[in-house]
Amino acid sequence: MIVAERKPIEQIEAMIEGFDRILIVGCGTCVAVCMAGGEKEVELLAAELRMKGKLEGRNRTIDEITVTRQCDKEYLDALEKYADDYDIILSTACGAGVQLLAERYDEKIVLPALNTLFSGVAEGAGQWTQRCMACEDCILDQTGGICPMTICAKNLLNGPCGGTDHGKCEVDGEKDCAWTLIYNRMKKLGRLDYLKKIQPPKDYSVMTKPGRYTHEAFKEAQQEE
Amino acid sequence: MTQNDTTEPFEPKVVAYCCTYCAYTAGDLAGSMRLEYAPNVRVVQILCTGKIDAVLLLRAFEDGADAVYVAGCAIGDCHFLEGNLRAIQTVAHTKKLLAEIGLEPQRLEFFQIPASAGPLFAQRANEMTERAQKLGPNPLRKTMKQNAGRKLDKAPDQHPPLPQAKHGQLYCR
Repeated sequence: MIVAERKPIEQIEAMIEGFDRILIVGCGTCVAVCMAGGEKEVELLAAELRMKGKLEGRNRTIDEITVTRQCDKEYLDALEKYADDYDIILSTACGAGVQLLAERYDEKIVLPALNTLFSGVAEGAGQWTQRCMACEDCILDQTGGICPMTICAKNLLNGPCGGTDHGKCEVDGEKDCAWTLIYNRMKKLGRLDYLKKIQPPKDYSVMTKPGRYTHEAFKEAQQEE
Repeated sequence: MTQNDTTEPFEPKVVAYCCTYCAYTAGDLAGSMRLEYAPNVRVVQILCTGKIDAVLLLRAFEDGADAVYVAGCAIGDCHFLEGNLRAIQTVAHTKKLLAEIGLEPQRLEFFQIPASAGPLFAQRANEMTERAQKLGPNPLRKTMKQNAGRKLDKAPDQHPPLPQAKHGQLYCR
């Protein structure tokens, strides 16, 4: 899941400065789960901006709507009948959603209300951690389901390094050493011998951006076109 | 924030979200005990304070409430185990949101009022009304009529005052 956080209200306020009709568009998928840009958060942000505006004596209209997903074009079509009534669209989707919205309504000013953080998991109530950095060549089979590319500060594939300190990382004493975690997990699984295998250097050439992917089933159809 | 300049004392509007098991029952008890408390408090019964949401609290302020409080069970007494703990979190978060937009966070509070504490219910109602009186009217009151979508034919403050309650006897004007 993509994890994001709302931008500071001052920053949002600076972005929308000078516009009177604002539509806030929420996204009902990842950012709704991480309590940053779903239906509820959009309502909250709209209420906050409305109240702030009134307290400062501004007369502006702020309305809200939430779509199922902002990263799929078909869901954005629903906004067509509203978009013309507003000066700007403030999107509470991740960066990908904001970009697609800006592409779909390219005659409108589309602004981001969130900072996209990472793709991660929920650790507890209101707490998320990064677990994957989309390196395009998954090695979790070799590391007991713990990703050294994400958790290890040095992205080591053959760890640990000399900086491991009682299970913590030399870079930050708060952070776990990925390779200590991997060792303990592999020990628990009885697969320590796997760690003796030397991993070849990571192929970073596949990590070129922007990433592009076509599903196998659609490749032929695309070629025909 | 200064008191309004009119000669009439400012009568704040206070919204109280009360949990049905503790605070609302305490309110009932306060009534049975014939306790007098500020008539400025509008009680909204909710099943559990865990239901309270930041949107709900902000909306009360947006619609012109001068103070809002959420009253729930004492810690460990929640009928739904941890609803009041969640409400404490929600209220604390909403206070930050209020500060963010420039409204005094003191206008919002969470109180623990056990079902047996009728006098405490009255005390909290008076306390919150006094606090609202000190803070002055919510600046968003001016736009209240507009928020109600022109449903109000006159400003809510112009409605006839509530009958005065005196030890169980209602004096209607």
